[in-house]
Amino acid sequence: MPGIERCVSEIVTRHGADPSQLLQILIQVQDVIGYLPADCLSLIAEALDLPRARVEGVAGFYSFLHSRPVGRYRILFSDNITDRMLGAPALMQALCSKLWVEPGKLSEDGLVSITTTSCTGMCDQGPAALINGRPVTRLDHRRINEIAELVRQQVPVSAWPAAFFNVEDNIRRRDALLASTAAPGDALRAAIRVGREGWLTEMERSRLRGRGGAGFTTAVKWKACRDADGADKVIVCNADEGEPGTFKDRVLLASHADLVFEGMTLAAWATGAQKGFMYLRGEYRYLLEHLQAVLERRRAAGLLGAGIRGQAGFDFDIDIHLGAGAYVCGEETALLESLEGKRGTPRIRPPFPVTHGYLGRPTVVNNVETLAKTTLVALEGGEAFAATGTAQSTGTKLLSVSGDCAYPGIYEYPFGVSIERVLEDCGASDAQAVQAGGASGVLIAGYEFHRRVAFEDVPTAGAFMVFDSGRDAFEIARNFVDFFAHESCGFCTPCRVGTSLLKGYMDKLASGHGAKPDLADIEWVTRLLKNASHCGLGSSAPNPVIDTLVKFRPTFERRLESLHFEPAFDLDAALATARRITGRDDAAAHLDRKKETQR
Amino acid sequence: MTRRFMFDGQPVAFEDGQTIMEAARAAGHFIPYLCWHPDFPPHGSCKLCIVKVGGRHVSSCALPAKEGMEVESNTPEINAERRALLQMLFVEGNHFCPSCEKSGNCQLQALAYELEMTSARFNHIFPDRPVDASHPDMLLEFNRCIFCELCVRASRDVDKKSVFSLTNRGIHKHLVVSAESGRLGDTDFSRDDLAANICPVGVILRKRVGFAVPIGQRIYDEKPISQVSMEAEK
Amino acid sequence: MTRPKLRIATTSLAGCFGCHMSFLDIDEHLFELVELVEFDRSPLTDIKHCGPCDIGLIEGGVCNAENVHVLREFRNNCKTLIAVGACAINGGLPAQRNHLELGACLREVYEFRDGLSGGQVPNDPELPLLLDKVHPIHEVVRVDYFIPGCPPSGPTIWKFLSDLIAGRTPRLTHSLMHFD
Repeated sequence: MPGIERCVSEIVTRHGADPSQLLQILIQVQDVIGYLPADCLSLIAEALDLPRARVEGVAGFYSFLHSRPVGRYRILFSDNITDRMLGAPALMQALCSKLWVEPGKLSEDGLVSITTTSCTGMCDQGPAALINGRPVTRLDHRRINEIAELVRQQVPVSAWPAAFFNVEDNIRRRDALLASTAAPGDALRAAIRVGREGWLTEMERSRLRGRGGAGFTTAVKWKACRDADGADKVIVCNADEGEPGTFKDRVLLASHADLVFEGMTLAAWATGAQKGFMYLRGEYRYLLEHLQAVLERRRAAGLLGAGIRGQAGFDFDIDIHLGAGAYVCGEETALLESLEGKRGTPRIRPPFPVTHGYLGRPTVVNNVETLAKTTLVALEGGEAFAATGTAQSTGTKLLSVSGDCAYPGIYEYPFGVSIERVLEDCGASDAQAVQAGGASGVLIAGYEFHRRVAFEDVPTAGAFMVFDSGRDAFEIARNFVDFFAHESCGFCTPCRVGTSLLKGYMDKLASGHGAKPDLADIEWVTRLLKNASHCGLGSSAPNPVIDTLVKFRPTFERRLESLHFEPAFDLDAALATARRITGRDDAAAHLDRKKETQR
Repeated sequence: MTRRFMFDGQPVAFEDGQTIMEAARAAGHFIPYLCWHPDFPPHGSCKLCIVKVGGRHVSSCALPAKEGMEVESNTPEINAERRALLQMLFVEGNHFCPSCEKSGNCQLQALAYELEMTSARFNHIFPDRPVDASHPDMLLEFNRCIFCELCVRASRDVDKKSVFSLTNRGIHKHLVVSAESGRLGDTDFSRDDLAANICPVGVILRKRVGFAVPIGQRIYDEKPISQVSMEAEK
Repeated sequence: MTRPKLRIATTSLAGCFGCHMSFLDIDEHLFELVELVEFDRSPLTDIKHCGPCDIGLIEGGVCNAENVHVLREFRNNCKTLIAVGACAINGGLPAQRNHLELGACLREVYEFRDGLSGGQVPNDPELPLLLDKVHPIHEVVRVDYFIPGCPPSGPTIWKFLSDLIAGRTPRLTHSLMHFD
């Protein structure tokens, strides 16, 4: 097809035929063609002089890349537990039946495909969906009817009512960061004044720790990168906010992008890096244009580019790379692989990114919120920054509050705030549990609500999902187990197979085939995941199940069919095909467990 | 002065840059592995080589040895976990040994013998990945793949052909060949490639050499893998 | 003091009786064995139903409804249930049909095969219906031990049984461990 050839050649050329741009090229080619047919992958491989298998390997890794045709309207319902609680499954079912399409399948006329996707980061205004990559929020039956009509009449998504795509910030509580009135460049001015060394000293004094979850001290990272061999250092902003229930980075990027880019530039000032990347999750692609505009404005203002703020030798600029639906790319080494245009498989550590990161260069990878916070350090000074928070967790923390509460949204608190306090502020009067830190975080039960949000007590990357007494903790855990089975990169044995086995056990219990020994098996598999996994995704994947089994065990026990043994499949249903083929329906054509009592 | 760490209670000397696996092997200690290969950098996917260092599990193939480390390897706890990892590999594939030409020469099977794995314990997934018999000399039985990527690495780094790659992810991850048709016969793969001779299990097989050595007289029928593997070290 | 004899039952489900043949390969140990055990349901006795037993040996996987009934009968009556051989442990050869759709498989055999014009899939109520997949026995009932091999050798079976009868947890040394 000459059309495809021209499209591929144009896009590859635009990216300098650079193999490290493979993922970006695949995304853009798909934008034009709709999917990535086999011949198209061959063309891309040829144009980049890459083995075809590598291109196919990358194309197959990301959820948002398709090897088969998808609908001209591609509707992805966010499948986080908070979306489910707001009725997403029923809405998806309703839309499917209105449009005569089965979930996960392409309609016969190629018009529409409808399925689920991992959390899209709209938990404060769900249920949400992505329609041709654009977020639609606050779905209800009325909106579903309207969408069905628009699809039927083949109205282009760009002509749909703007209100559908309205994404609110929902900032409910502002503290140091969200109340900041600093103008673009203010923080840089302050940091330049104290010199590169002085700036790093301020960062050390601030004791700022990473807001992405792991809590590594930012200054230590920066210093290690600065001191690493190699002049071509890199700053990466991890904007792959994929943790279910987290959406604070969305708000920072939408309304405080200058703080984030300024933070990246501050990191460049400290480390001497000249190259920066923002890795933006595919779900937040709707922010791309806005972010590009902010970058453009900063370049024009002399806050990016050569000689930043007139400082000779301070050269730094930022590119934005898109992800394409892979939670694991939030893991920093998987992110780097993805940034290099590869499958998002986490690397072996050591070596760490600070010495061997993007293309082997010394690289700092920081979370969006962490980078934004560095502007406060520059403006207030390290000591003043460290005056808020707790001994081991300085400064403030943005919480993404969602679930069963009156006022979901973004809350900024000094570290050390109690769970109780947050619940009170967000209007959660009947909470039985809080999932702090998202799917990989901790499930906090009612008797622990006195605990505090801080690295030394309840660490969290920002998610704060509230569950009231009407919710079933088993279903919460099951949702997260599904999530991890879907998002496992499949590199290491325990995570690839273990998350799938775990899903099998949870489905078995959910379908009423559970037996007591299954609980022991679940505990055994969770232990293997925890101990033997290659990266943080695998080792934290069992967290929700472990916590729920400890704190809400009866929700598992009440699903047990037997105390001894129960097959994972329905034996009678397994005879259905044979019954159909033979036309039999006599007593011997069925299997009834109850009639044959088991010891 | 030689630097040492403790391996199952015994001192093991190591040189700078050596991993736990390399140093332990040089000192005569076998650690189970599937994706590790002496001629390639560590890969770390199979996790059979997990050991415990200071209470934490690590991949011994990838972690550099350090002075004074206390490494636990051949313990009931670690071996039980390794056995479970083998069981996971067995249920995710279709490992019907009696019909496999690799039986007796298969490292997955040999490790199962070594670690006394008598059953796969978990529920079988029964994958359905079609066999590729398009190549004149070689056969691909994808249902036995353990994702060690030795063929991927050998073909890319040694043969310079990049015939293989993995695509998709999670439990749906699978091996593909570098051809638009998806057929091995349409690649420049050759029976003399390193990649054609490195598969530790029965995915990449030669045609027309079936059962030249009878079952019962093959490598791991004669000796346990712990012995065979360490003889190669000498 | 003489110990009471242990009661053993054996059966083959979706298997080839190869494991039973291998059992007979323990040769002269059979004389020792009958001093220690007596047989309940087994092809050796032709007893049709299993009564209360100490040990049940199951050969073969679970491919049809009758296999399920027999397996449950064994599980309900045997204190210790042992999966013997590849088919019982992982479905074995019969499970190699698992990637085929059962309906297509049956029609291919009974309706479309050369020389079978007008044939139909047998539907006599006497015949047990096939399950859509063949399963190892541990996916249908709880199993206590597994003796791998296709078949396990006579010495393997003897080592396992003699350990079990003597009250030792059975272990198979390298030369007795085989999956083929």
